[in-house]
Amino acid sequence: MTAAKTIPDPDAADAPFAFTEANLAEARRILAKYPEGRDRSGVLPLLDLAQRQQGWISRGVVEAVAEITNTPPIRVWEVVTFYTMYNQHPIGRHHVQICTNLPCWLRGSDEIMRAAREVFGDAFGRTTDDGIATVSEVECLGACVNAPMVQIGDDYHEDLDYESAKALFQAIRHGRPVQAGSWADRQCSAPSGTRTTLTTDPTTPDGGKWIAADSPAVSAGGAD
Amino acid sequence: MLLSDKDRIFTNLYGVHDWTLKGALSRGDWDGTKAILAQGHDWIIDQVKASGLRGRGGAGFSTGLKWSFMPKTVGERPHYLVVNADEGEPGTCKDRDMMRNDPHKLLEGCLIAGFAMRAHAAYIYIRGEFYREAERLEAAIAQAEEAGLLGDNACGSGWPFRVYVHRGAGAYICGEETALIQSLEGKKGQPRLKPPFPAGVGLYGCPTTVNNVESIAVVPAILRRGASWFAGIGRENNTGTKVFCISGHVNTPCNVEEAMSIPLRTLIEKHAGGVRGGWDNLMAVIPGGASVPLIPKHVCDDVLMDFDALKEVKSGLGTAAVMVMDKSTDVVKAIARLSAFYMHESCGQCTPCREGAGWMSRVMNRMVRGDAEIEEIDILEEVTRQIEGHTICALGDAAAWPIQGLIRHFRPELERRIQARKGVAPTPAAAE
Repeated sequence: MTAAKTIPDPDAADAPFAFTEANLAEARRILAKYPEGRDRSGVLPLLDLAQRQQGWISRGVVEAVAEITNTPPIRVWEVVTFYTMYNQHPIGRHHVQICTNLPCWLRGSDEIMRAAREVFGDAFGRTTDDGIATVSEVECLGACVNAPMVQIGDDYHEDLDYESAKALFQAIRHGRPVQAGSWADRQCSAPSGTRTTLTTDPTTPDGGKWIAADSPAVSAGGAD
Repeated sequence: MLLSDKDRIFTNLYGVHDWTLKGALSRGDWDGTKAILAQGHDWIIDQVKASGLRGRGGAGFSTGLKWSFMPKTVGERPHYLVVNADEGEPGTCKDRDMMRNDPHKLLEGCLIAGFAMRAHAAYIYIRGEFYREAERLEAAIAQAEEAGLLGDNACGSGWPFRVYVHRGAGAYICGEETALIQSLEGKKGQPRLKPPFPAGVGLYGCPTTVNNVESIAVVPAILRRGASWFAGIGRENNTGTKVFCISGHVNTPCNVEEAMSIPLRTLIEKHAGGVRGGWDNLMAVIPGGASVPLIPKHVCDDVLMDFDALKEVKSGLGTAAVMVMDKSTDVVKAIARLSAFYMHESCGQCTPCREGAGWMSRVMNRMVRGDAEIEEIDILEEVTRQIEGHTICALGDAAAWPIQGLIRHFRPELERRIQARKGVAPTPAAAE
């Protein structure tokens, strides 16, 4: 279902990797979240950080992350191969991930796949020849009431159909900017059209801002 | 009776209003938090117990009771609260909206719940794909620390408390609490045997409680509005408000916060614009995320959306993700798609799940085409029974249940396909 996991090309795999200064600082910020001696908790976020810098996880990345987190390299490799978000080989400039799980399928993800094939070719799990995009079929991305949807890079594009998906994919292919979010006239996960709930001012008691008379919070009169 | 806005907790669920601390304060978040904490650890746990809150992540275990399993005194090992924001159950997209549009409700909930369990730190484990939501949580944490609501003296309570965001990297299994802990420790997300339970031996071997985002985010409202207010919504043993995710073949798919125990039909017709083509065009509903068995239309007609009512009809509330399928749906293909999902997501640790999920998926793909023998329906059913309950975590069960539901309610459709396929095959010459 996800991008094919192939063995990295040996030359690229041996290329050394070093975090940039800025990313080293970010790595230190991340590691500070965990208790002393628990640097291994940083394996997942630091792999992600390295992938953001280099685009994929090479052997050099594994070794660098293993060293910073004081973890045996094999334990880092295990993590790389277990989780779907780590690219074990270089990918295109954009990672286009199309959800085809049930809620998206019910709302027409087959049509999104058709649009993707027309724009990117039949290269699922691989990268287009021009290196612009890697297209993957993925599992549920958790935006089911805005189905069908795709994720491109860090952003979700929701409420697509064949036409809008094709427009989106063509924009990606031709390097035009795209706007994240719903492609229908919708506010997040609210029903399209008239809202059936949350129509009252939320800063008023009728809108949900109230404290019961017997709650200890009642006399406190706000946060301090 | 439908819930009114006055009784809704997630008043910015749709992100219409300002998500920042300023906006959250104007909606009453962080209101009197110090006074709530001053009531003490046990008072908070007792209130949550009295509210009847059951975990919103799928299993529906009493949240207050779960909290009470944490040691009453802190020994050498610190206590941890871990928030499960690894939302990945197909059909479910509620936690995402709570985190991006109402992040301060979750942070205040972390402080109150963490304090109740004598923890000084909470980790929010958010699925890696929710990058924007993680960014927003980090920003909200910075705002709360800046304002002194979190930090060395959270809300002026004297209780040091910090919240950290930890991003996952793409693995459904990490929504299982012990797999999540493994992942948070920087390992493969493979579930641990229980016991020991996380309350005894959890994150870094320390007492830990893992709760769903919604379970934690509703706690401040329960303590401000009163346990009896929460307990008064819904039915006995199925109390409170619940955010439902309604997807699939409805006219206006949406997330909506409603009273627990709302009739399924009312939920769909009032908030999701009704079933596409009208109620009579309904074929089946999966009422609680991909892991629960589907229910056919005649059950949907009057079933209530709560833990006990759905259990009675051999399904479950799960995450309250309602996936609606109208009569145009190839229901066998729909369940086969879920089988493919479980095959993909099995962590590979237990043989029944690793081998069984793949086997079931392959057989289901044949069932879609009718490329099977009638007896294989019974074999498939038998295999689901052999997987169910024989694995470390519930993923094996989750892979088995949708197929069991399909066989229970749509066996004639499976048989019809098999016979139809045989029918087009060359038939033996008639007797002379």
